[in-house]
Amino acid sequence: MAIEHADVLRAAHLARLGLDEGDATHYLDDLGRILEMVDQLQSLDTEGVTPMAHPLDATQRLRADEVTESDQRDHFQQCAPAVENGLYLVPRVVE
Amino acid sequence: MQWETVIGLEVHVQLATRSKIFSGASTAFGAEPNSQACAVDLGLPGVLPVLNESAVAMAVQFGLGVNAEIPEVSVFDRKNYFYADLPKGYQTSQMYHPIVGPGEVEISLEDGTTKRVRVHHAHLEEDAGKSLHEDLHGMTGIDLNRAGTPLLEIVSEPDMRSAKEAAAYLKAIHSIVTYLGISDGNMAEGSMRCDVNVSVRPKGQDAFGTRAEIKNVNSFRFVERAIEFEVERQIELIEDGGKVVQETRLFDPEADETRSMRTKEEANDYRYFPCPDLLPVVLDQAYVDHLRANLPELPADKRSRFEHELGLSAYDAGVLSASRAMAEYFERVKEVCGDAKQAANWVQGELSGALNRESLAIADSPVSAEQLGLLINRVLDDTINGKAAKEVFQAMWQGEGGNADNSADTIIEAKGLKQVTDTGAIEAMIDQVIADSPAQVAQYRDAEPEKRGKMIGYFVGQVMKASRGTANPQQVNGLLKEKLDALC
Amino acid sequence: MHDKTLTELAAGLRAGEFSSRELTQDLLGRIDRLDGRLNSFISVTAEQALSAADRADTARAGGEAGPLNGLPLALKDIFCTRGVKTSCGSRMLDNFVAPYDASIVEKLTEAGTVSLGKTNMDEFAMGSSNENSYYGPVKNPWDPSAVPGGSSGGSAAAVAAGLVPAAMGTDTGGSIRQPAAFCGITGLKPTYGRVSRYGMIAYASSLDQAGPMARSASDCALLLGAMAGHDGRDSTSVARGVPDYQSELDAPLSGLKIGLPVEYFGDGLDPAVETAVREAIRVYESLGATVREVSLPHTHYAIPAYYVIAPAEASSNLSRFDGVRFGHRCEAPTDLVDLYKRSRAEGFGDEVKRRILIGTHTLSEGFFDAYYKKAQQVRRLIRQDFLDAFDEVDVLMGPASPTPAFDLGANKDPVSMYLQDIYTIAVNLAGIPGISVPAGFAGNRPVGLQVLGTHFAEAQLLNVAHQFQQATDWHLRRPAFAEESA
Repeated sequence: MAIEHADVLRAAHLARLGLDEGDATHYLDDLGRILEMVDQLQSLDTEGVTPMAHPLDATQRLRADEVTESDQRDHFQQCAPAVENGLYLVPRVVE
Repeated sequence: MQWETVIGLEVHVQLATRSKIFSGASTAFGAEPNSQACAVDLGLPGVLPVLNESAVAMAVQFGLGVNAEIPEVSVFDRKNYFYADLPKGYQTSQMYHPIVGPGEVEISLEDGTTKRVRVHHAHLEEDAGKSLHEDLHGMTGIDLNRAGTPLLEIVSEPDMRSAKEAAAYLKAIHSIVTYLGISDGNMAEGSMRCDVNVSVRPKGQDAFGTRAEIKNVNSFRFVERAIEFEVERQIELIEDGGKVVQETRLFDPEADETRSMRTKEEANDYRYFPCPDLLPVVLDQAYVDHLRANLPELPADKRSRFEHELGLSAYDAGVLSASRAMAEYFERVKEVCGDAKQAANWVQGELSGALNRESLAIADSPVSAEQLGLLINRVLDDTINGKAAKEVFQAMWQGEGGNADNSADTIIEAKGLKQVTDTGAIEAMIDQVIADSPAQVAQYRDAEPEKRGKMIGYFVGQVMKASRGTANPQQVNGLLKEKLDALC
Repeated sequence: MHDKTLTELAAGLRAGEFSSRELTQDLLGRIDRLDGRLNSFISVTAEQALSAADRADTARAGGEAGPLNGLPLALKDIFCTRGVKTSCGSRMLDNFVAPYDASIVEKLTEAGTVSLGKTNMDEFAMGSSNENSYYGPVKNPWDPSAVPGGSSGGSAAAVAAGLVPAAMGTDTGGSIRQPAAFCGITGLKPTYGRVSRYGMIAYASSLDQAGPMARSASDCALLLGAMAGHDGRDSTSVARGVPDYQSELDAPLSGLKIGLPVEYFGDGLDPAVETAVREAIRVYESLGATVREVSLPHTHYAIPAYYVIAPAEASSNLSRFDGVRFGHRCEAPTDLVDLYKRSRAEGFGDEVKRRILIGTHTLSEGFFDAYYKKAQQVRRLIRQDFLDAFDEVDVLMGPASPTPAFDLGANKDPVSMYLQDIYTIAVNLAGIPGISVPAGFAGNRPVGLQVLGTHFAEAQLLNVAHQFQQATDWHLRRPAFAEESA
């Protein structure tokens, strides 16, 4: 399946990656060749094969419903780019 | 043209777990911003989710409560999108294999009929944080305390045909989750939130019309109003030759209208895929059976029992079973006084009136079920009459008589409200009233016998007044009649 | 002291020949003098190392020393380390001082080990050469014109150069085994779920696994025993007892059934690598093992399947790097989308962007079934190939990489770089364990023999590798670089 310039821009927007036109052209070329390699999968008949999401056939273990975490806000916010009054700051979001 | 409204609801219920769905941080409401956002909730690099067993149990309990299929395997998926209050850039949810399969909810309508609304499925997911816009020099502040709170999203089939039905469905869901104790159902605090899908079609047409989704309608009343507005808008639009656009709208309670949420964003592509950090959740039959066996009685069963076993009217049974707290209160009162109809009358009458006047929830009632039950007992055993009982209730409400279960007795004693049933004492009072009312006695004597019945009211009133309300009204009536008729 | 194995250093510490502080100081000195030429460390944590060494010495004096007490090691910069910069090789996390310890960091600290620092790596573990690091490429100690392999290239180079006796790596498609092979050291990728992933910055969650890189299989056994085990914070971590890996090292190999996957000896295999690997297999025959050919028929599809699954998971895993709660944030964002787009464009390097774009594209509407679902189906077939093979034989052997370490800058094209991982990638898709063991040279560059076992067969792999190291001395060879005079 061929990938087009618009697909690259769309993926970049969905992934919130800033790409200019030049970048997009550069990635279009790479992505085209990667997908061409990936397209070898299409030649394999996988009819009836259950998709495998995990390498082990294990099932989810459940956690007891207990509060185990205490307030570490100040510690965690030391690595934050912008905080005020305990809140993480972002440019104004208009709803 | 005749139009038919088609409504489907997506109800998000915050589950009443102690800790979050994937982390050990507290879910308590109202803490300092970000003080309950742990490393996992913040999506710090390297952290991983582990599923909370209570969230699973509560979801299954809900499923059992709406007679749903509980699939053996459910799977968590990632819903990928960027938003300020979504820390990881994806929401962990269940897209393809939800924990609760198809079920149904019975709703009661105002005309006393019931209707079944199908539940398409219910799935577990994590809540997002909150964006705050105040006092931050034009910036938005992000509080992630709510991030990771377990949500059960309950998706109905488009089975509702009016705003009233939608509100009744929402109330039914509310009462199921609160009965089960899996959510506090507090809509004001956002514990229960609702998205409404509304469309209209010409009556008799099978195909659905184009629907609009109204987001975050957060009260029973707003659901009705939002739908009513939206239905009218869509019908007017179509009748004027326009077309309904599939879109997301917001209900503005101030303006009482829905508004399109115009965003520059193109249609979303959430790129769902199974979350590789979580394994399939497998529920064995024994586990589900155990939860089923321990399920409390649910509203529909309770309503039916109230009606058929306790002999209440369908209306009373519906009102008294609407909330678990109300039903439990009523049942306790009934247990103490032994008379279901009296208990129902008191809970719906004096008690509900007083609660409404002061906007109190039944859980905060100053009069306990035991106190009310014993008060009713005192009416039933003729210690006090109905009028005195109301006075005792008001005193009790004000805290007179203390907290003891038998506070009614204390108040009756203190106020001297004990009913006078001693015939001699009542006769003495009657004689006095007759002696003091020669004019009325003359009128009575001169009246046609069939009109005397009405005239006796005056004498009853005087006697009751003389007894300060404590005389037994039936006795007063009987004795008065005898004595007056003897004068004729 | 710098060319000793962990096992030898542990004996020296026990015998009181030197203290942990002396050992730590010695190695910190070597790093200081030599790493400028290698670039194997992103952060050297000398101060924390010396205080950890002192704690270890005190514990030993108090009679409380476990087998790993006082031993120095290094951590790939993918493991969150409380109070220490944890960059994952990315500008995105250049300013990120981790506020918590990864589970294996906790375990290794409790065992009394001394971390000397955080090693260089391909950005977010995406790469096979260590050329994708924000902190610059790492040189191969055997030949500075060659790459050390990747993504755990810094860990491999530091061990090979004698800067540290062991280092922790992670392996998503070969990132422990291939650099171990390129640098002539021993590297083990455990079974998926054997070692906790908590605190290890995720690249592809269903493939990532941490493991030890050291100078011998015996050293790897010692380390794996300390790292492995169930962790309640990782849902994919397996609740299964941890065997005593060291006690099984000496089991004889007579009767061992070795399978050689025909697909691992085909086109594209460097003749010198093949010669070294076949020679190693003859050594096993001399130890009493029997050898037969087996087939892993879907090998050819492993790289295509991997380049759907890994980028898909990565595109989602890396969404959390948005400039809001940690990590790089662009200057003066005009709105939320601008904040995201510029922070991520500036913070991520070329290969990371490529994989995010691939993953985003293949998961998007209209492509999901053809790519992601298909790759997951192929993944099951690939795992089945291995399970079928392990019905016939005990272990599989072959080269860890089709070529020895290639020259820096030699693989400019991403696809040709991806194809380098042809022998390692299927192992991650299947979740089985694998080990790379030094097995000779192609010219002046080391060759690695890869041994694969079925799920949770680590003890057997370590035994098989250890017996080879008892019979050969490839693992004892040191690059000329390791000499101070060089």
